[in-house]
Amino acid sequence: MKKSFATVAVLATLATTAMAEVPQAVKARQGQFNIMALNLGILGGMAKGQVEYNAEAAQAAADSLVAVSMIHQTALWPEGTDADSIEGTRALPAIWANIDDVVAKWGAFGEAAKAMQAAAGQGQDQIGPNMGAIGGSCKGCHDTYRAPQ
Amino acid sequence: MRRILKLLVAAAVIGVAVGLWLTAPDRVAPERFASLSGDVAAGEKVFTASGCASCHHVPGAEDKLILAGGMAFPSDFGTFYAPNISPDPSAGIGDWKVIDLANAVMKGVSPKGQHYYPAFPYNAYNKMTDQDVADLFAYLQSLPADATPSKPHDVGFPFNIRRSLGGWKLLFFSDDYVMDVPADLERGRYLVEAQAHCAECHTPRNALGGLDTSRWMAGAPNPSGKGTIPALTPDKLTWSAEDVAYYLESGFTPEYDSVGGHMAEVVDNFAHLSAEDRAAVAAYVKALPAPKADTSGSSSY
Ligand code: HEC
Ligand code: HEC
Ligand code: HEC
Repeated sequence: MKKSFATVAVLATLATTAMAEVPQAVKARQGQFNIMALNLGILGGMAKGQVEYNAEAAQAAADSLVAVSMIHQTALWPEGTDADSIEGTRALPAIWANIDDVVAKWGAFGEAAKAMQAAAGQGQDQIGPNMGAIGGSCKGCHDTYRAPQ
Repeated sequence: MRRILKLLVAAAVIGVAVGLWLTAPDRVAPERFASLSGDVAAGEKVFTASGCASCHHVPGAEDKLILAGGMAFPSDFGTFYAPNISPDPSAGIGDWKVIDLANAVMKGVSPKGQHYYPAFPYNAYNKMTDQDVADLFAYLQSLPADATPSKPHDVGFPFNIRRSLGGWKLLFFSDDYVMDVPADLERGRYLVEAQAHCAECHTPRNALGGLDTSRWMAGAPNPSGKGTIPALTPDKLTWSAEDVAYYLESGFTPEYDSVGGHMAEVVDNFAHLSAEDRAAVAAYVKALPAPKADTSGSSSY
């Protein structure tokens, strides 16, 4: 996984440097994050009691989080797509200097998503504690690797 | 342009420094602390709300309670490094008395009588109560000691002359609150203005590095690089009070994006405080007035 991350990163550099527009890989990774946020919103609304609990919808949202966590990240992070090199991204260059750590943090999100998957269909009160763990995994990556808007 | 600005700033600082050569550091009267005793558990809350560890922990370390310092704070005037404030008697502040800590956090003055740089947000902490400072002292002394020496700051002339900070302090040091609030917002104001120093990041600065209080919490450039620190004022931030409180607890925005950057540390801290305190901060944020139009044309947005 790690190795292929690096090789594709090098190849993809060649493909993106010439483009002036926001590269497709950047749009794709931002899209993946928005899918995560959307599904967390469904779960969060239920956890807070703003939306009525529905086991099926909760399960579907949690399943989607797990599905996103399984997308291979390699193609989404070509080298040269950091915020110092191009417009339209908040990805900090530190990502490419600490690939192992970033992969570990992405893995931590996957673990938290799996725990949510096991719990979300079991009742409204099961969501809240897992929201905390997932939120911690998002925050733990955004604190070092994402610039403010 | 930027260079000229820097020279002008330098000239202004020297001018102020020379003109006000008599700005000897002001100190806390020792009697104020003579009869106070500190409570470790209460001090932990003060410490958490004030974000001391966010700046003084070792960068990248797991244990955020080893306050050996080393974090860098880039500014227009050079790079500052947070010093070791662990209870080590030589590398840290293990040999300090409560009055030394009071002078540091409430007056920005070292035990030797030198001015501290305002990268250390004493201009917020100067509004803390004496009891909170005594509790904070008790808590700091209970943390693990670490013998790593503090890293010297990387600041050029004239800003490396601590004496010149006397002028800066005369211009900007103030223990008056910025916002007038009714009684029910006082707890929130205390947390925001005296402890959590939200304005240090969310308020733009003037050319001399002082907070532009006419644009209080109106958003500011990110001092450590890309992007801007968002505004909390009602012209920009449309979140409800509940949204703000939930963000401080969980890191989730109303759209379920998750907090990042230095704000993540603030959320880590506030997640450990009470729901009442988070609600108090949120109520203060919702009471902020819209900023005055920006006429300075300087560093603010
Ligand atoms: C392994 C690191 C990592 C993890 C884990 C992570 N993020 Fe992100 N996130 C990023 C980076 C980097 C960006 C900036 C991407 C860019 O702009 O190219 C980002 C951007 C975003 C965005 C903005 C997308 C846009 O439209 O620009 C949202 C929303 C987001 N993340 C939500 C989340 C949520 C919710 C979680 C947890 C469930 C999460 N992220 C977990 C690294 C991470
Ligand atoms: C050390 C600097 C710092 C301090 C101190 C700080 N903030 Fe922030 N704040 C930020 C940054 C940076 C962001 C952008 C976060 C991101 O990129 O996800 C932010 C974002 C926010 C947001 C989200 C705004 C939006 O539109 O997305 C709110 C609300 C907020 N802060 C409130 C506060 C409050 C209240 C305090 C004091 C209790 C505070 N902040 C203290 C740096 C800081
Ligand atoms: C925004 C970052 C920041 C925060 C938050 C912060 N400090 Fe500091 N602190 C600094 C910097 C930078 C210095 C160095 C100032 C100087 O050398 O002039 C400093 C200096 C100090 C010193 C002087 C140490 C010495 O050796 O003389 C003490 C004591 C201290 N801080 C305690 C605290 C306490 C207690 C808190 C919480 C109430 C706190 N700091 C919060 C950045 C911070």
